[in-house]
Amino acid sequence: MSESAARVLRADGLELWRGDRRLFTGVSFHLDDGELLHIVGPNGCGKTSLLRVLCGLTLPETGEVYWEGRKIRRARADFHASLCYLGHRESLKADLTAEENLHFQLGLRTWISEADVHGALERVGLTRQRTVPARSLSAGQKRRVSLAKALASGARLWVLDEPYTNLDVDGRALVDEMMGQHLEKGGLVLLVAHQSHGVHAGITRRLELG
Amino acid sequence: MEWPGLATAFWLQLVRDLRLAFRHIGQAANPLMFFVMVTTLFPLALSPAPEQLASIAPGVIWVSALLASLLAAESLFRQDVEDGTMEQLALSPQPLSILLLAKTTAHWLMTGLPLVIMAPIVGHALFLAPEAVPATMLALLLATPVLSLAGAVMAALTVGLRRGGGLLSLLILPIVMPVLIFGARATDLAVQGLDTAGVIYLLSAVLLLAVSLAPAGMAAAMRISLD
Amino acid sequence: MFEFIHKMGSPPHFWRLSGALAPWLGWASLLLIVAGLIGGMVLAPEDYQQKDAFRIIYFHVPSAWLSMFAYVIMATAAAIGLVWRIKLAHSVAAACAPIGASFTFLALATGSIWGKPMWGTWWVWDARLTSELVLLFLYFGYMALRAAIDDETRADRASALLAIIGVINIPIIKYSVEWWNTLHQPATISKLGKPSMDSAMLMPLLIMWLGFTCYFVAVLLIRTRAEILARERNKKWLRDVLGSG
Repeated sequence: MSESAARVLRADGLELWRGDRRLFTGVSFHLDDGELLHIVGPNGCGKTSLLRVLCGLTLPETGEVYWEGRKIRRARADFHASLCYLGHRESLKADLTAEENLHFQLGLRTWISEADVHGALERVGLTRQRTVPARSLSAGQKRRVSLAKALASGARLWVLDEPYTNLDVDGRALVDEMMGQHLEKGGLVLLVAHQSHGVHAGITRRLELG
Repeated sequence: MEWPGLATAFWLQLVRDLRLAFRHIGQAANPLMFFVMVTTLFPLALSPAPEQLASIAPGVIWVSALLASLLAAESLFRQDVEDGTMEQLALSPQPLSILLLAKTTAHWLMTGLPLVIMAPIVGHALFLAPEAVPATMLALLLATPVLSLAGAVMAALTVGLRRGGGLLSLLILPIVMPVLIFGARATDLAVQGLDTAGVIYLLSAVLLLAVSLAPAGMAAAMRISLD
Repeated sequence: MFEFIHKMGSPPHFWRLSGALAPWLGWASLLLIVAGLIGGMVLAPEDYQQKDAFRIIYFHVPSAWLSMFAYVIMATAAAIGLVWRIKLAHSVAAACAPIGASFTFLALATGSIWGKPMWGTWWVWDARLTSELVLLFLYFGYMALRAAIDDETRADRASALLAIIGVINIPIIKYSVEWWNTLHQPATISKLGKPSMDSAMLMPLLIMWLGFTCYFVAVLLIRTRAEILARERNKKWLRDVLGSG
């Protein structure tokens, strides 16, 4: 118990099937404060599915995920309060502005002020677009809104599924910088990305899938 | 870890959904239009004779309300699941049951409550006895939330399926049959000038049961659908 | 209890046990049904009011009983599968639905045939028949939901939840339908529940009931085996069993 409690996030023997196909089996790893795990593998090897299992969205066939020594199924609210998941969809309501979207999603998890939302949007370079409905933002700008959400969420664990998609050079550098600062503050990052990341802070490791 | 309480979560979700609904007010009004149009079909298909219409009015009003709620249930969660915001709700520290209950409440305010308000006009057009109108409205006020809640559970089960539409009706209809029976009976009793208290109590009991069980059912169903 | 469920939850164990049990149950049901038929069709006296028409109860009542029993079995199996994540329980639930639906249909058909001499029409909105009809819709909904979901695990879990919702609702539906029926047809003759049923009429009914139940369990076992064949087709134990058998 003392050993598992020392690990902030721990995956133990995860196995997942989709129909007749086994996506992965025996996936075990652990992640501590200030660590980044870069999950790589060919298309269709189940990287996104693994992230969904780790977040508790998908039930694995066998295996467990532990957060601070407790099964995430048993400590769902605590775990999700510490988690910010950016999927490959942007999860924005097209009819709400960037500001309204963030205010709602962050409001469910912390007490957030207008200034916090502004600050986060300014950091990702969307000060002028903050009152534009999300439907009129470009794909890259939407991605930046999601990044702002991670920044303002105060979550310890970031789960990022292909965060570089649709971003320009500046944007990709911003992602690296954000992740670096998050690790320095003692945060944890789970990253799925085809390209290699440019994070030089904290401890970074790789997990080959498939 | 600390996070905002249930009331805050419920309120945020309710306000967000209402705001979205008002930005697409036309879409939200569809079930109401449907309700009114179905009731107009009966005089056209049967006969416009007042006494004949008056005798079928209770049934027509209740069947139309039921069909309108079926139509409305389809769109309840679909958009949120498609654009990925539902995933974010499932990953928030708040109980998914509370958030989905808030969504269903907003949905009822936009699609169920208008039916209650419209009932006197529809009743008048069908020559429903005026003294039956208050009882019908009260019964609808109790019954339409049950229809929304039952619809929400089934919508959560079938969201994301290709054959969603027809399947959803097949799942909802048997479950809500008691509501139809009690509701139509309430109107019927009121038309005959009898006491409706008993039926109203039955409907209230069904509503209480639905409010206490449906949110857990929705959340469980939604987690299965997101899997 | 928990250990028992887990032991029963292992497909190889179930495969052996059901393979041994199903033929016995099949023969038992055949014997019982033949005995019940002789008792009911030949030995039992004519009914005072209904003459020979009453004899259809030897089919109608066991079917109606099984139509509900099958739903309860289905929902229980589904709940076990959902809570303890036992796949075999989901297989049982999936195998149960079509059998239950068939018995429901049989109950409706025999009820309607019975209605012709009794009421002079093939269909009346009698409380029992109406509840059976709603039950048939519930079965259809369950099977339609299963059919609509491609992923097996998701189909198992979603349909399990639906079965549980259905079983909570059945009492409410039954009550409301009966309530509705007494209001609109106060003069309905109760077809059953006459306490003074002659024992020569009752015994064959009990035998038929037992025979039908044995038949149900036998078919359920066989259908569950078919489900296991389909689901475990890639598993080694199944190849070993089939290879050696």
